[in-house]
Amino acid sequence: MDATRTTPQPDISTGDHVRANLKYLPIGFYFGFILIKSEVVAWYRIQEMFRFQSFHMYGVIGAAVLVAALSVWLIKRFKLRALDGSDITFTPKAPTYPRYIIGGTFFGLGWAATGACPGPILALIGSGLSVFLVVLASAVLGTWTYGLLRHKLPH
Amino acid sequence: MGILEFLQQPWPWYVAGPLIGLTVPLLLLVGGKHFGVSANLRHACAIIPNRIDFFNYDWRKAGIWNLVFTAGILIGALVGGVLLANPEPLQVAAATQADLAEIGVATDGGFVPSEIYSWSNLLTLPGLLLMVGGGFLVGFGARYAGGCTSGHAIMGLAELQLPSLVAVIGFFVGGLVMTHSLLPLILGL
Repeated sequence: MDATRTTPQPDISTGDHVRANLKYLPIGFYFGFILIKSEVVAWYRIQEMFRFQSFHMYGVIGAAVLVAALSVWLIKRFKLRALDGSDITFTPKAPTYPRYIIGGTFFGLGWAATGACPGPILALIGSGLSVFLVVLASAVLGTWTYGLLRHKLPH
Repeated sequence: MGILEFLQQPWPWYVAGPLIGLTVPLLLLVGGKHFGVSANLRHACAIIPNRIDFFNYDWRKAGIWNLVFTAGILIGALVGGVLLANPEPLQVAAATQADLAEIGVATDGGFVPSEIYSWSNLLTLPGLLLMVGGGFLVGFGARYAGGCTSGHAIMGLAELQLPSLVAVIGFFVGGLVMTHSLLPLILGL
């Protein structure tokens, strides 16, 4: 998480922040469009994956990881900077494993129950399956509950 | 094949996978941002005034880029799934269709089985467990694990982070238990 703990600056309005970040809208569009065209948003594709009956999801995720890994390697190798001048940094995730094992398993249960992870939940809503607004609201509630219980959970 | 036809039909894994992977360098090179969708669920909580330390940070500074990215996902899915929707029914592996038929789920050609994931089924016990319960687990689990499919399975694995590999194994353990043990029970309720 790169969330910082500084207090909100009243001199920069929310609208200013949105305008400064509009360049991420077309990238989201690109990602959402491919989520639909690759059919990874389909509940049935997730069933095929967890039943090991189709290569499609493994192919999509595997190829995505390969391309992303090669990109990250190139960016590190040539010490590239972002177009807006900001540094590109990579922070190792904390090696405290209970959270990845327990949290990951909870997430997997939800992934197979809804047939969608967070990106596809949004894409399904965009494609007109409005009942996934309920899934999204529940996911926010789940996140809220984690925030409430965080100090009591093993990490 | 015309461009319109290409945009309407489903794309094979070897086209879609690399294109999804390119989201990672796009975000890094445009503004040094790390790909991860579920952080937006935390930002959504941070927008609501509250006293929980986990949600008290400058969400505008940390999260607006990602919320804008999210708005893009919605629009991209609207264009891809409505305006340029595939006119053909979804093709599902025969073995999966047979397995699903055994637990009473029809393959109806849509992205999701409409008899389960619909407003009219929301207030049934299976509907509540799968949509409300499932959504809750997605949000709770993603933040507990520190990321979801995008943040861990794609971004984290691309950075060769061992914690992400462990999280992805967790995703699979949970997914297998739900698919093979719990889903048949829930659909039988």
